[in-house]
Amino acid sequence: MTSIVGIDLGTTNSLVAYMQGEQPVVIPGEDGSNLVPSVVAIPEPKTVIVGHAARAHLTTTPDKVIYSAKRLMGRGLEDIQEELALFPFRIAEDVQPGEVLRIQLGDQQFTPPEISAQVLRRLKKNAERYLGTAVTKAVITVPAYFNDAQRQATKDAGRMAGLEVMRLVNEPTAAALAYGLDRQKDGIVAVYDLGGGTFDISILKLHEGIFEVIATNGDTHLGGDDIDNLLIAIALDDLHGDLNVDYRKHPEVVQAIRREVIDAKIALSSQQMARISVDLPDGKVYRREITREQFEQIIQQVIDRTKGPCLQALKDADLQPEQIDEVVLVGGSTRIPLVRRLTDELFHLGARGKKPHTELNPDEVVALGAAVQAHILEGGSAATEDMLLLDVTPLSLGIEALGGVVAKIVQRNSTIPASATEHFTTGVDGQTNVAIHVVQGERELAKDCRSLARFDLKGIPPMTAGLPRIEVKFLIDANGILHVSAREQRSGKEAEIEVKPTYGLTDEQVETMILDSFDNAEEDFQQRQLIEARNEANTILSAVEKAPANAAWNLLSDEERSQIALVSEELRLLKDGDNLELLRAGTGALDKATRRFAELMMEGAVASALHGETMESAGEKLGEGPTAPHPFAPAEIKRDSAE
Amino acid sequence: MPDQETESVAASCWSCGASLGTGSPICSSCGKVQATSADADYFAVFELSRKLNIDTKALERGFYKLSRKLHPDLYAQAPVQEQQWSLDQSSLLNDAYRALKDPVRRTEYLLTLEGMKLEPEKGDAGKAARAPADLLEEVFELNMQLEEMRMNRKMGEDDPQLRQDLVNAKDQFEGQLRDNDIQIQNLWAAWDTAVDAGDPSQQDQLKTQMVASLDRRRYIRNLVRDVNETLES
Ligand SMILES: [Zn+2]
Repeated sequence: MTSIVGIDLGTTNSLVAYMQGEQPVVIPGEDGSNLVPSVVAIPEPKTVIVGHAARAHLTTTPDKVIYSAKRLMGRGLEDIQEELALFPFRIAEDVQPGEVLRIQLGDQQFTPPEISAQVLRRLKKNAERYLGTAVTKAVITVPAYFNDAQRQATKDAGRMAGLEVMRLVNEPTAAALAYGLDRQKDGIVAVYDLGGGTFDISILKLHEGIFEVIATNGDTHLGGDDIDNLLIAIALDDLHGDLNVDYRKHPEVVQAIRREVIDAKIALSSQQMARISVDLPDGKVYRREITREQFEQIIQQVIDRTKGPCLQALKDADLQPEQIDEVVLVGGSTRIPLVRRLTDELFHLGARGKKPHTELNPDEVVALGAAVQAHILEGGSAATEDMLLLDVTPLSLGIEALGGVVAKIVQRNSTIPASATEHFTTGVDGQTNVAIHVVQGERELAKDCRSLARFDLKGIPPMTAGLPRIEVKFLIDANGILHVSAREQRSGKEAEIEVKPTYGLTDEQVETMILDSFDNAEEDFQQRQLIEARNEANTILSAVEKAPANAAWNLLSDEERSQIALVSEELRLLKDGDNLELLRAGTGALDKATRRFAELMMEGAVASALHGETMESAGEKLGEGPTAPHPFAPAEIKRDSAE
Repeated sequence: MPDQETESVAASCWSCGASLGTGSPICSSCGKVQATSADADYFAVFELSRKLNIDTKALERGFYKLSRKLHPDLYAQAPVQEQQWSLDQSSLLNDAYRALKDPVRRTEYLLTLEGMKLEPEKGDAGKAARAPADLLEEVFELNMQLEEMRMNRKMGEDDPQLRQDLVNAKDQFEGQLRDNDIQIQNLWAAWDTAVDAGDPSQQDQLKTQMVASLDRRRYIRNLVRDVNETLES
């Protein structure tokens, strides 16, 4: 029985997978679909809709729907100006720079981790229904180029969703694990991962089951979304020119265009031409044809932006393109022929008679890899024996020194866990506090890097300036998240540290957000119990309806028959109400009234399962916890792979 | 984070009580992960003596072997304390491998371990280090040329002669860098011999020479980088 699942929390779509025997498989949702769109609609307070159904709200009530929230994870107002111009994110008006963002949905506000937690909760429920057991632990993937704050925000989202995040795994690395399961071959592999909102390139060395990342690079603002936005902008400009109407202020029209251009984009991966057709509010229709050639001209600028990170990663790994043995393509956007051509050129593939690996579905491979890593954390099996992932930190860690200059303490591409120890002292006699500013990034000045946190070393014993010697240990854990501890060495005193993450939520904040979701879960549970109780009532009522056709019916007294009719009528009424207790009592009463009938049927060796069925299902339905309310027939799932 | 106090008073396993080798990350009797020992240095992690010529293939094998025992992935289901020790041990291992696999960083680490003080990297604490005495004149000349080149840039002018002079100067410094690298390699061999011979005064002398050689190397590399940046900008 698997208890840790693997989750790909994507910008556009999210998936949950687990290890079924020796193979990772994606767990489908109730609708049979493997992908849960990362879209959350909150049309009214306490009603949360996630996935395909939420997408439908985009064209009707776009102000109460949010998508691509991953772009906002762990970021501040000043980071997202670019996105605000392109995405219909409604940020709460009172958010200040340096604060955690809040998204306005109708009258309510949510932080990005809360939105992601809703998507995670959906995946958790899908897994629980499918596996028939509670799921409380997960491995969640993040873009390799995510910084500390973005990773922490993802972890917070997991906690809010009731999931213990056992490990954050970098998406390209997860993809390598999924591929590595089939072909345990040594060599150098490059994973090119162009998803909905982020781009990553990772170069790994495979050696007897060890997956050692040597270099990684990327861009957390680059993906299929950017292609969509370019196409939307062109359509809006067209309309402005032709009709002299600026539809930018009409979210419904923008969303309708968005849907059409995404369809066109997908079609153009296999066809030479696609049509766009959008109904406009005033009865007009916007139509346009786009050829693949035009499409490629438009998106060239976006695709070209993946080159720089690839070349930098090669340089950091100290490798020439010819030394890359295999290239793995991950992310839906790698289906675009232009992307395939670019990777072919970058890594000289065709010239060497090689092809990139695309055997595993690029939308699913990251989730499959997360399931593999989850399995490894559980202790593994023959399938994952000897597999070990050694990942790196994507960005250098530094502290702000005099003059705003960054002193790097952990270089990018260092294998994690990694640590650095630094010594600090005081500048003024009797000083008891020392402030430390930690940044992440490659630039020389702290103001150009990403501010991670400000630490206050407190409780330093008063001494002459320069005498205290405070040792601070910075440790980046296997999730790529920073931990800090400090000690004043002359007094041996543990310096107290107050961590102020620049864009993070405090533990207390996360805690209240967890409670909120548990409240909702309780409500959801009530709802589900009611639905199940109704189903149960229906089952027994329909059995009673068929009863007169059975020979045993004639053996009942008139009294017994009229009692059954009376109790059935009561139950029919209760079934339409929403009082769970009464409904259950009504079902119980009918069960009791029909007991002798069931016995007579048995005696008559009539093997209809009237009682047996209701009793058995009632036991299963009510006996389990809120996470696994009813048994579910496992759907058929197949792995999109050419093995 | 839990307390990381790891004084290695009595080296015995916390779990089975068997005695441990110095700095042993894993108990050889029961296989349990141990707290990091306060005096564990990077050479000790790989059970190496403090020598500078290292078989990097063997180092890599040792790194993989120890990773398979210490990585936090293997302790995901372990008690919190063992998870913490695995995190400490595995970060120590990674830090050690990173420092030792590159010969220059290895030398820098050894010198720091031996109590020597190296000039900081440029960018660490403001301006670059002092020029080595024998290079003063050339560096002065080069800085003048770089300044002129930058001025030209600002005015939108290009002086092909100046450009050529800079390229020549760069070539010359790169040549010096190569000479310096050969010198450093000779110092490594001499150091290893002195360690084997147990000759502390020879070692002290070599340490001073290595510090000078590394500082010189860093200084010239920064110069070459400056020239490249100015030529490319
Ligand atoms: Zn032991």
